[in-house]
Amino acid sequence: MILSKQKPWEEILSYLDGENNVFILGCNGCAQASGTGGPAQVEEMKNKLGEIGKKITGSAVIDFLCEKALVKSRLRNKVEQLEAADSILVMTCGVGVQAVSAAVNKICHPACDTVNLGGSRGEWRGSERCLECGECLLDYTGGICPLTACTKGLINGQCGGASKGKCELDPEKDCGWELIYNRLKGLNQLNKLRRFIAPKDYSKMMPDVKIISTSHWALERTDQKEGG
Amino acid sequence: MSLQSVLESGKFVITAEVGPLKGTDTTEITEVAELLGGRVDATNVTDQQSSVMRLGSLATCYLLKQKGLDPVLQMTCRDRNRLALQSDLLSAYVLGVKNVLAITGDLPSLGDHPQAKPVYDLDSVQLLWVIKRLNEGYDMVDNELKGKPNFFPGAVVNPGADTEAAFELQLIKMEKKITAGARFFQTQAIFTVDTFAKFMKRAEGFSTPVLAGIIPLKSAGMARFMNKNIAGIFVPEELINKMATTEDRVRTGIEIAANTIKELKGMCQGIHIMAMGWEKRIPAILDAAGL
Ligand code: SF4
Ligand code: SF4
Repeated sequence: MILSKQKPWEEILSYLDGENNVFILGCNGCAQASGTGGPAQVEEMKNKLGEIGKKITGSAVIDFLCEKALVKSRLRNKVEQLEAADSILVMTCGVGVQAVSAAVNKICHPACDTVNLGGSRGEWRGSERCLECGECLLDYTGGICPLTACTKGLINGQCGGASKGKCELDPEKDCGWELIYNRLKGLNQLNKLRRFIAPKDYSKMMPDVKIISTSHWALERTDQKEGG
Repeated sequence: MSLQSVLESGKFVITAEVGPLKGTDTTEITEVAELLGGRVDATNVTDQQSSVMRLGSLATCYLLKQKGLDPVLQMTCRDRNRLALQSDLLSAYVLGVKNVLAITGDLPSLGDHPQAKPVYDLDSVQLLWVIKRLNEGYDMVDNELKGKPNFFPGAVVNPGADTEAAFELQLIKMEKKITAGARFFQTQAIFTVDTFAKFMKRAEGFSTPVLAGIIPLKSAGMARFMNKNIAGIFVPEELINKMATTEDRVRTGIEIAANTIKELKGMCQGIHIMAMGWEKRIPAILDAAGL
């Protein structure tokens, strides 16, 4: 899941400056879950832009806007509305905006900011988070991730700032290192904490070049074969 | 004498901290240097303390060195990646700065540039290990150095942890820092001698010198602020009352600091005064403490 939040209204308006005809796109995936680009928000945006005199040439909410093949096929019957528009306002994460830009030859404006999830996998109820660091330390920390449970992401032990078991940076939050200590103590494995953790190889935290440069959507390839 | 030789001589060590200001005016630093010369064994220079942008620690250390003081370069991991940290360490050494205090560092969100990107490529324990490697003549990926430094690395510890877990975690980390190369420790400010005694009982076994942190109280308000906002600092109500009722805050502040020093003297190898703007009163504190 990708989490997004709507940009400030003034910023959205500044993008549309001098453009009177707008096509609006939303997404039924993450943007709907984020409450930023589902059918309700697209409807609301239509009204708000209409009130200030913009002409909405059309709109659509697509299941997964991040998928170009789907975008192309769903917009096939909207060609006229798209052509009548000066630009497209895309109410999704950055991937959705880029997918529409790649699929349609029109100016695409982002209506949302994509926000960092801090390692959580979406609007999940649990507190476990993984930053995909590429060198998992969970064996040494008793199954609690120091990169995410400690606010500073310390991997060699507690800072000097914890107070009454809470984090110095957030008194509402348990100090991650005290959680780790108590877990290991319960497991009779406190000795693990004496180990020196060498500097991390942060290059392992960068995505593999192959992942950045290739699209793994089989569907997309099928679509290209069909000439879509 | 260098900090290292004073510590090795077994003499009670006195260090003090100076914080560079924001800007290029170094008048105050020079004045403080003149006052402290001959009174302290080494002078720490903070590294953009509390994540507030200021004149750099290295340049200030160099100025102090010129004035005849033995500077301690405080180095945080907040603003520099491993390349910059190693390079700045080599730079410090060629400028004659040998003592380094390795610190992880406060988050930028606490300072005056909360928009900054935090680095934390290394942490304090790893930085100590890197200093050890440089001393051995290698960078952290085992390339040989042409000309090797001879740093005297130190670290910090908080003796005032308030849960069993935090207390044990501080000791475990202290031991890790020693294994990674720390040769001395400077502590968070102490106001309750009992807490410190309890800590030293355990820390003594590490046989690494501990310099107890001293912050002179400037007012009752300052004491309350620290109690509320700074973890590991606990100023007892009795001292706050003294500050609140005194007619001469400066005299009482100096007295309290001097008394604490006297009580701590038998328990550790030295003291580290963090005067927070009262640098010019350090000589008076030392006089009152009989040092
Ligand atoms: S240590 Fe690394 S891989 Fe393991 S849970 Fe934490 S971030 Fe994920
Ligand atoms: S108080 Fe605990 S969780 Fe917070 S930064 Fe320090 S070690 Fe990490």
